Amino acid sequence: MSDLETFRAETRAWLEANCPAEMREPVRDEGDACWGGRNFQFKNEAQKLWLERMAARGWTVPDWPVEYGGGGLSPAETKVLRQELARSGARNPLYSFGISMLGPALLKYGTEEQKKRFLPEIARGEIRWCQGYSEPNAGSDLASLQTKCEDKGDHWLVNGQKVWTSYADQADWIFCLVRTDFRAPKHKGISFLLFDMASEGVSTKPILLISGYSPFCETFFDDVKVPKDQIVGELNKGWDVAKYLLGHEREMISGMGLGGGSAVSLGEALGDVLAEDALLRAEVAQFDVDAVAFKAMSERFIDELKAGQAHPAQPSMMKYAGTELNKRRHELVMAAGGSSALEWESERSRGGKTAKEWLRTKANSIEGGTSEVQLGIIAKRILELPGA
Amino acid sequence: MPLYLTDDQAMLRDTARELMAEEGAISKQLRKYRDMNCKDGFGHALWRQFGELGFTGVLIDEADGGLGLGHVEAGIVLEEIGRNLTPSPFLVTAVAVVEALRGAAQRERWLPGILAGETVAALAVDEGRKHRPESIAMKAERSGNGFKLSGQKRFVVQGASADVFVVAARAEEGLTLFTVEKEAAGLDVEGVRLADSSIGARMDFRGVEVDADAVLGEVGGGEAVLGRVLNAARAGAASEMVGVGSGAMAMTVDYLKQRKQFGKLIGEFQVLQHRSAHLYSELEIARASALKAQQLLDEGSPDAEAMVSVAKAKAGRVSTLAVQEGVQMHGGIGMTDEYDIGLYMKRDRVLNELFGDSNYHADKLARLKGY
Repeated sequence: MSDLETFRAETRAWLEANCPAEMREPVRDEGDACWGGRNFQFKNEAQKLWLERMAARGWTVPDWPVEYGGGGLSPAETKVLRQELARSGARNPLYSFGISMLGPALLKYGTEEQKKRFLPEIARGEIRWCQGYSEPNAGSDLASLQTKCEDKGDHWLVNGQKVWTSYADQADWIFCLVRTDFRAPKHKGISFLLFDMASEGVSTKPILLISGYSPFCETFFDDVKVPKDQIVGELNKGWDVAKYLLGHEREMISGMGLGGGSAVSLGEALGDVLAEDALLRAEVAQFDVDAVAFKAMSERFIDELKAGQAHPAQPSMMKYAGTELNKRRHELVMAAGGSSALEWESERSRGGKTAKEWLRTKANSIEGGTSEVQLGIIAKRILELPGA
Repeated sequence: MPLYLTDDQAMLRDTARELMAEEGAISKQLRKYRDMNCKDGFGHALWRQFGELGFTGVLIDEADGGLGLGHVEAGIVLEEIGRNLTPSPFLVTAVAVVEALRGAAQRERWLPGILAGETVAALAVDEGRKHRPESIAMKAERSGNGFKLSGQKRFVVQGASADVFVVAARAEEGLTLFTVEKEAAGLDVEGVRLADSSIGARMDFRGVEVDADAVLGEVGGGEAVLGRVLNAARAGAASEMVGVGSGAMAMTVDYLKQRKQFGKLIGEFQVLQHRSAHLYSELEIARASALKAQQLLDEGSPDAEAMVSVAKAKAGRVSTLAVQEGVQMHGGIGMTDEYDIGLYMKRDRVLNELFGDSNYHADKLARLKGY
């Protein structure tokens, strides 16, 4: 048996013995998932146990170094672990912007002290992070952001406003883009700052969306004092960190194209209704072709990324394709559901889950850089078209 | 296994890419044989060169003198064939027929010629205007020590120059595959030039007598063999279409960087940038789906058949998008015979029809998934 096969067998046995039965049921919605953090209320003992057991092995972040709370696994072992988790039906033990976004940026740009301080608590799910990027006047043109960060000698002083801050009202800390030089060209006066959301002067206000959900907030900073050692990367070079992190964010969002771990075949999931509707069946079949093909693309992308072979702008392509696919999936789910899918409050409809999720997907191709922004990046950085 | 090429496979790709860009170029192959009105529609010299380099034996076992490689490697060669629109028997002979001969008694008779790049072998499946292997009607009746074949075949790619055919016909026991030599009595082969200037054939079987040892596999066991053959051929065609689409896109993006209108390079216009970027994205996905299908075939996975249909359907749609955008973005010059982009459009159309179009394979995927 090769080392990898031994690892697979051991992993399978460990998952069998250690993943609680409740944690093998699919996650129903964002509220059903484990997000961790100082104020997180575990839904049940199994959820807590599953996080603790996985974190103890470093498997919430299997490919991070062991000294920062990771599992120290090779790309091949990480892939095996992922396959075995999928095979056993085990839930992701921890949904975390710390893992999917901040962690990779800290690993690349953080000081040794910052890594030791922040990464292990991310791995264990002790601190929940949010992302302070967009502002009311800095959306697609993110680099024009205006949140002010002044050097006050022994601390930074932050004033300004962020918007579309996901779960800011539930987060413990924020990684935030701030302007530290107002005279420099817009990309060259930005710094990447970390601070505690419990700091004096931070306030949040949830935004009600067309879906009826409020996953995003407006976030206000009013004379917030931040210790000097909480800048990541060099002063005024935060845009490099920001772009690197955006690549990881796009990678995460592109995963939505996979239907959130549900059956990849939409037609299989929709079932009987397709037998009475030849045109819908055809549309769903074409969708399934695209969805299965995209799943192969995701596998290829992750493998290439781990091997350092992916084009640095490839996450833009994944984000674009994955989110457009997810929107199509939900349009088809609505069409198949007919008037049942329109119910907004009834218990039958679990509070309008189908319709609300459909509306939620419309943000997919806006958040993390719109589809149009991604296409522009592909045109410029991959196809090298002029003047893009 | 990671879903990208291994070092050895990447080396093969580099070799194939260089060879095909040089020897397989449109001016040296496609246009040359088209303009001389060649009845075979491809160059035998290049086919022999494939033999010398071992390409013809990519899927042939080492024990039989081949390289003993897999569908991934066949796909690598086909993508480069597609990129250069190189007319070649590779897909039907070195992939489809070689797969049909795998483990069969007839391989000693035919493999040496294929390995040498001397023999051309073709697959005769289609009977109507669309690919419908489920409803093959050609009859194979018991006759003496063998069978008598009656019926018609169409769209037999490379059929006009083939020395031998693998023919699917219905015996009393069920679908059966036969090898039939071109000289067989009662066999008419009409070479037909297609839109892309390749030569297909219509075949008329008027009681063609074949011996019992012409049967590939078991009498009545043709369904399984044909399934295997078509999986290989469809995955290969998907790779060739990824090559066609990539070649068309490369030409087009290049053109956007040279052509000026309104005092600007047309590649500066956002509407063309976004359409090009969308095309790039789709091509990447199509390439991943073809590679995944080939890896699954090489592993002998039960999931391979569905993935092959996904790859053929996806690559077909994407290749069509690439050639349509290609001609449109080239503008008037794209409509001229002198310029190559239109040749990509023709090749794409033929490859889409070959071994089932995108609708056929989307429907097949739906059936495999139970809806």
